[in-house]
Amino acid sequence: MSAARPEAAPAGERLLEVRGLTIGWGAKVLQRDLTFGVARGEVFAILGRSGAGKSTLLRFLVGLEAPDAGRIVIAGHGPVDLSAGLPPFGVMFQAGALFGSMTVGENVRLPLDEWTDLPPAAAAAVARAKLALVGLEGAFDQLPSELSGGMLKRAAMARALALDPELVFLDEPSAGLDPITAREIDDLIRALNDGLGLTCVVVTHELESVFMLADRCIVLDDRGGGIVAEGDPRALCDSADPRVREFFNRRPRS
Amino acid sequence: MRTAAPGDAEDPGERVDATSSFERSPGAVRLAGTFCTREAARTWSEIHDAAKGGGELVLDLSDVRRMDGGVIALLVAARAELAAEGVSVRIVSIPEALRPLFELYRGLSPPVERPPRAALGGVEAIGDAALRWADELRGALGFLAEAGAAFARVPLRPRRAHLSEVPWLVQRAGFDALPIVVLISLLVGFVMGYQSARQLERFGANVYVADLVGISITRELAPLMTAIIVAGRSGAGYASEIGTMKVNDEIDALRVMGLPPIARLVVPRVFALVIVLPVLALVSDVVGIAGGLFVAVTSLDVSAPAYLLETRRALVAWDVWQGLIKSAPFGMTIALIACQQGFAASGGAESVGRRTTTTVVACLLSLVLLDAAFTFTLRLLGK
Repeated sequence: MSAARPEAAPAGERLLEVRGLTIGWGAKVLQRDLTFGVARGEVFAILGRSGAGKSTLLRFLVGLEAPDAGRIVIAGHGPVDLSAGLPPFGVMFQAGALFGSMTVGENVRLPLDEWTDLPPAAAAAVARAKLALVGLEGAFDQLPSELSGGMLKRAAMARALALDPELVFLDEPSAGLDPITAREIDDLIRALNDGLGLTCVVVTHELESVFMLADRCIVLDDRGGGIVAEGDPRALCDSADPRVREFFNRRPRS
Repeated sequence: MRTAAPGDAEDPGERVDATSSFERSPGAVRLAGTFCTREAARTWSEIHDAAKGGGELVLDLSDVRRMDGGVIALLVAARAELAAEGVSVRIVSIPEALRPLFELYRGLSPPVERPPRAALGGVEAIGDAALRWADELRGALGFLAEAGAAFARVPLRPRRAHLSEVPWLVQRAGFDALPIVVLISLLVGFVMGYQSARQLERFGANVYVADLVGISITRELAPLMTAIIVAGRSGAGYASEIGTMKVNDEIDALRVMGLPPIARLVVPRVFALVIVLPVLALVSDVVGIAGGLFVAVTSLDVSAPAYLLETRRALVAWDVWQGLIKSAPFGMTIALIACQQGFAASGGAESVGRRTTTTVVACLLSLVLLDAAFTFTLRLLGK
């Protein structure tokens, strides 16, 4: 966590820009008029209680859902069109979403096989290197069903990083893991951010992760009130807003 | 028997009189003893019996030794239900030890009146079902359009269609299905020969069993039986496989890699079944005729050469061809229905199961309709 990072990034350097976004399912609106930006090289957290629409927001950001209103611009292009070719980002799903019929190695190789002209041996070598990067050298020939929860998330991260995107979206990377494994995943994200300059957008509700990882964050209101706070999570602890304080102090409003 | 000290209740010796009693007096029930969820049905009916008089009902719990959460929830629910019917139930003398549990189940606060959910009337129910059907139909048509577009793009971007998977799918849907196709075709030919044998014997027309078996197998039974087998094996398999992928976010994972899932999953499966079904139908033709031959030789006194000669005389190439030709659209139909249902799965295991069931039912229905349409069209064309 370098202190040198700017608190609010200048608009020119923004890798992800969201303006006036409304998210929801059909007629049910979860949040409306969300506006925020993520700077290049930053770890950005989307926080909020369960049901606040964090994961839904992520689905809109990566282009899986088409917004009714608002605009999403990623790396100067937008809105995201998943049918137009390789999107400029990687995504790690909450449960990993590795292809169950393929080995871990084949999962990581898939984007390489599909989007590069690498000969098979070279693609496998790159996949092995990506797995080593997340500490899973030995799992190349294993099936996803043979991996533990923490390993699945690592493998999913390796697949998200297969084509070296400059932006990754991570959905609950440390949720449901034991404290030590969760910490290892957080360390891994931090190391990738420091070492590769990888920009990360992390959806999470784990407070420890937030403090350890995030340069900046937004907090979504669980009653559809939009973004209730934006900034450095360490500064937000002392927020005057009860909706923010309750989240950071783990206390329900009475 | 007065309220026992809390310590007594934990004593294993007390378990012997783990009984409950209900002492009824007008407008009041006095509950005593031990109440657990497994025997709660009696509590429920006692309270409702007592409430039949209407007005007010007092539940006196002063002699309750033990009562678990389920029974407490039941009392609270009965109170709310009866309140809606105009009976006011008061729960009194809750033993001190049970108060925290009552608090948790919201039994200490006054009953919350919940308006009963309005049941759908007949007309609304029809409208609701119609809307769901319309939704389903729209989804299926959208899928068909997308699949069509994916097929149109295959020559442009063959790599996206993942055709390298086709041989493996052909093996799974075709080669692996051979034993069951052979067995069923053999038995169908056998049974047909046997059933017709008695009728034909009466006219001394034994040798015509070859005509009967040959024509019905090649024109009708072989294509239809193999299609039904493939629908049950591969159709159900594709639907549950794709449905599980959908439920596990694997479909979304493909999409965010920029890989269109319909091209990748549907196109190779359609190709595989379009290749597999005519081949299996041809195998079924041969084996079915062999089944008829077996019956003719063993119980009709027809020699094998005579049977084969009669088969050759009776069958024209077109009989075989039309069976094989209609197998291809059968295969396409099965693959498209199965994939569409798989993509329509959402939620969890229950949805995958439902979609798999729908796949098999829809496949059978479509196959029979398609077959009828084929026969009708060919008839019109005079073939």
